[in-house]
Amino acid sequence: MSSTTTAQIRVLIAKPGLDGHDRGAKVVARALRDGGCEVIYTGIRQTPEMIAEAALQEDVDVVGLSILSGAHLELFPRIVAELRKRGVDDVLLFCGGIIPEEDTEVLTKLGFSAVFRPGTNTQDIVKFVYEHVKK
Amino acid sequence: MDDLVERFLAGDRRALARIISRVENDTPEGREYLRALFPRSGKTHILGVTGGAGSGKSTLTGTLAAEYRRRGKTVGIVAVDPSSPFTRGAILGDRIRMQDLALDPGVYVRSMAGRGAMGGLAPSIADVVAVMDAFGFDVVIIETIGAGQDEVEIAGTAMTTILVNNPGTGDDIQALKAGIIEIADILVVNKADHPGADVLVSQLQALLSLSPAGSRRPPILKTTAIKNEGLGPLADAVADHYTYLENSGLLAKHRAEDARHQVLSIARQIVLERIRETTSEDELAALVARVAGRELDPHTAAEELAASVLG
Repeated sequence: MSSTTTAQIRVLIAKPGLDGHDRGAKVVARALRDGGCEVIYTGIRQTPEMIAEAALQEDVDVVGLSILSGAHLELFPRIVAELRKRGVDDVLLFCGGIIPEEDTEVLTKLGFSAVFRPGTNTQDIVKFVYEHVKK
Repeated sequence: MDDLVERFLAGDRRALARIISRVENDTPEGREYLRALFPRSGKTHILGVTGGAGSGKSTLTGTLAAEYRRRGKTVGIVAVDPSSPFTRGAILGDRIRMQDLALDPGVYVRSMAGRGAMGGLAPSIADVVAVMDAFGFDVVIIETIGAGQDEVEIAGTAMTTILVNNPGTGDDIQALKAGIIEIADILVVNKADHPGADVLVSQLQALLSLSPAGSRRPPILKTTAIKNEGLGPLADAVADHYTYLENSGLLAKHRAEDARHQVLSIARQIVLERIRETTSEDELAALVARVAGRELDPHTAAEELAASVLG
């Protein structure tokens, strides 16, 4: 078969909420790009509805959320609810940023398969995506 | 087949998105979906937006789509960005410029990676556009990868091609050259609030005045997409072009030419795939080594390969 049209992992990298620092999101997007993924980056200040709608329209396999503002326990449940509302219930979810250790359990229950914190090797994120994606 | 086609026909956007993925990846399933849906396509006005990297294609596409929404039309957008030639990965960032449309139920935006195709497009673009056409959007806009002087393939798929130019990017000799400028049905001078916009408009006008008498001269429009300026006249010019295509018989001609091109390029792809299936990696390596060693010229080698499947 031709190598140009085989399926590639599609990842949505999104930044919910009001903080405008997307260096981390861009670094992760770039690492996944170099890992061979097709990465849709939507920019900063996304509402839960916008993120869920982008995931639906782009039919992504993976959604990665970056957050530094501390509002993750406020915003992430709303994003998961918006995804479910649209029938997007089979994507791999991960998140990263400034997220306290003690919140991991709540996020895992919510459906996040990994929480990446500052200092993470980007190769570990790429590896995580390839190992856990439901293709 | 599953219930995706049924849901698609009922207007379910998740079903649309899923079918597009299968068609984009050219899976056997994807071909089944296309076979089922293709007869429903052929009703949509397909626009192409092309121009250099950073010329404002995404912003213009987004604001033009918003103009169509004000006119009560639904819009599908396919935005193509380049794939890495080394890792095949891609960053698809066109949605960033289209935030205002993010929650509009009358707009569907799909990002596609070029996956090595020529002409600022993607390998399955015509099939993906046919699926969006069958879904029933009034307008489908294809936004190409940033195009240089020679990426003209968009004019095959799009009925109306909009070429986005910017002031300050070269003198009138650039506009005199052959290539991409010849496929423009509408010329847009975007970022018209920058110095030099009027000079560029008159250079383009002067160039078009050299066209043979009786030939259609593309209109030249100024836009400042980021400030939402000039989109109404652009939508009008697009509508005028469609009327012109219909009345002149060129629309039917365009459809026939596009169909011919698609059939031939798919046939070429099938032959290539057959060759790859019937030739082992070792055989291919041996043949290629003879060419690299200047023992054999590439044409003779290719004929040998083709002969193995064509008889």
